[in-house]
Amino acid sequence: MDFLIFKVPMLMVQASLDGILLGILFALIAYGMALQWGVMNIINIAQGDLVILGGYIAYTMYLAGIHPAWGVIVSPIIMYFVGWYLYKLVINKVVDRDLFISILATFGIAIVMQQLMNFIFGADVVVAQSEYGTTMLFDNSVTLPNSKIFSAVVSILYAIALVFYMKKSKLGRAIRATAQNARAAKILGVDTEKVYAATFGINAALCGIAGALIAITLTLHPYVGLPYTVRSFMIVIVAGLGNLPAVALSGMGLGVFEEFADYILGTEFRIGAVFLLLVFILVYRRFKLAKKREYLK
Amino acid sequence: MSKIKQKDLILYSALIIFGLFAPFIFSAFKVQLTYLCILIVLAMTWNLQGGEMGYNTFGNILFYGLGMYLCASVQVGMFFPLAEWTESGGEKTFVHTTAQYFQGMGVGLLVAAIVPTIVAGAIGYAILGLRGHYFAICTLGLGIAGGEIAGGIEIIGAGQGFTTPPFPAEIVDNEARGEFFYFLSFVLLIAAFVFVKYIYGSRFKLILNAIRDNEDKAEAMGIQTMKYKITGWMCSAFFCGLAGGIMGGLIGYIDSTDVAFDGREMGVFMVLMAILGGKGTLWGPVIGATLFHIFKEGLWTLILGWQYVALGVLIVVIVIYFPEGLMGWLREKYPERFGEVIDEKDRKASVELK
Repeated sequence: MDFLIFKVPMLMVQASLDGILLGILFALIAYGMALQWGVMNIINIAQGDLVILGGYIAYTMYLAGIHPAWGVIVSPIIMYFVGWYLYKLVINKVVDRDLFISILATFGIAIVMQQLMNFIFGADVVVAQSEYGTTMLFDNSVTLPNSKIFSAVVSILYAIALVFYMKKSKLGRAIRATAQNARAAKILGVDTEKVYAATFGINAALCGIAGALIAITLTLHPYVGLPYTVRSFMIVIVAGLGNLPAVALSGMGLGVFEEFADYILGTEFRIGAVFLLLVFILVYRRFKLAKKREYLK
Repeated sequence: MSKIKQKDLILYSALIIFGLFAPFIFSAFKVQLTYLCILIVLAMTWNLQGGEMGYNTFGNILFYGLGMYLCASVQVGMFFPLAEWTESGGEKTFVHTTAQYFQGMGVGLLVAAIVPTIVAGAIGYAILGLRGHYFAICTLGLGIAGGEIAGGIEIIGAGQGFTTPPFPAEIVDNEARGEFFYFLSFVLLIAAFVFVKYIYGSRFKLILNAIRDNEDKAEAMGIQTMKYKITGWMCSAFFCGLAGGIMGGLIGYIDSTDVAFDGREMGVFMVLMAILGGKGTLWGPVIGATLFHIFKEGLWTLILGWQYVALGVLIVVIVIYFPEGLMGWLREKYPERFGEVIDEKDRKASVELK
């Protein structure tokens, strides 16, 4: 335990800004999860591993000499097809079934993906250098890497683009219709199978963007996917499905919480704190609902 | 009726005799047999949760890891300062005598059984109020948080791990160590089986099934579901803690995320084994664990490096194509063997409807 952060106000500003910028990134992943959870009613444990795979695509570009920031355009395109094939291969068999089956099946996918990434990219912690430099604020007492600001801006732009796409385009309307009532949508001529595949593809593409941004701002490792899954799950249960401003806000809240936990408890407890927060949030909501004699559904 | 009982008796005595003599006949596979016993215990107790009660948990690994750390800590802490032991190379300074080792192991296992049970009871009220996938994700979080936190605590070795006391040097015979752990786990297996079998014949099992099938209705019928859910979880925790304690001694080294709170291996294995054999049956987890273990030990070395890929593919295939497991498949095929009576007319009618 270290309460230095409360004695030095500038550290608090630093942690909050870091957390907010990071949280926007988490919110992007969570939006993808909310999308496929809402439309297909499956929980994707492999979400975090899709993120890491997206990150490795950007990292591969960096190794090939291309600036990794281009990854935010290339990686979603590749990841869309990865998601699409994943849907055709496995996910289409778990839609409409017990949620636990989807959890276990995607857990299996997560294990396979982790191991394959371990083979292909090695077990080292890697980072793609963007060389964007840093911004100094408040008399050099707060430092922000420009790559983090870049990642937040890109995330917001993509999120806005996606919201417009969902509102205006034909596929977006079909996705929303399927989310409301899959059977009715089918009767009215929506090819739900295609919609599901596209939804999972879009989710994977969002993960790809987030992954490419993580490759620049944070670090990549084949086995760190699960914390991203848990973070996005947490954001979704706090914010609810399909409530974008709430997703963004709770994402930022989570980011700030993490940075503070990092300062107070120490870096070794950071991931532990995230998982414990998940447990606390679920238990809190359970007691709140139990007062009305209801439970989380 | 007596005929069936006689048949069961022969089966059980054959299995026990096999269990008693197996380490001597297959002396090269003693460690594997010990693993098998532990795996069966884990699968059976998971089945009480996931199969009978319908609360699919990934969190039983929490009790397993807790038991492992507690057993080893007690075994060391009873005689020597724990903090110095876990410092690098500290385990070489202190040596357990034979009496100390077994005393420590006994007390350690007792603690490893009791504390996880109490923990399960304490957190049960909060956690078991969640349902379905929220429960699954919450327990997944619990298990991983346990590992991450244990990996940050200095006194139990933090990230560099914890060496459990080596088997007393006075017993030079190398076979004795394997036999000791084998029989320890075999006794645990028998205890767990007898316990689960007893539960299968009791009202408690029916209540658990009622909770699985429809919790709201069970509550409306006047069953205090929460009480039974917590009891069920405590039963699982008791055996998981013991299994963890034994496993810690057998492996000889505890790492926070790779051995103790090993959600990626053990935590998934127990779910997978129970599903492979058939959830909600007495023999399903036993058969599932045995098959899985044979498959794992037989193929693991052939596909070195690709084990996890094979494991992941196996999970996906089992979950998608055999969600009912082996016993469920047999039940579908030979319903009369399971004591189910099928009305031929009714069956035909339902086929025609399709």
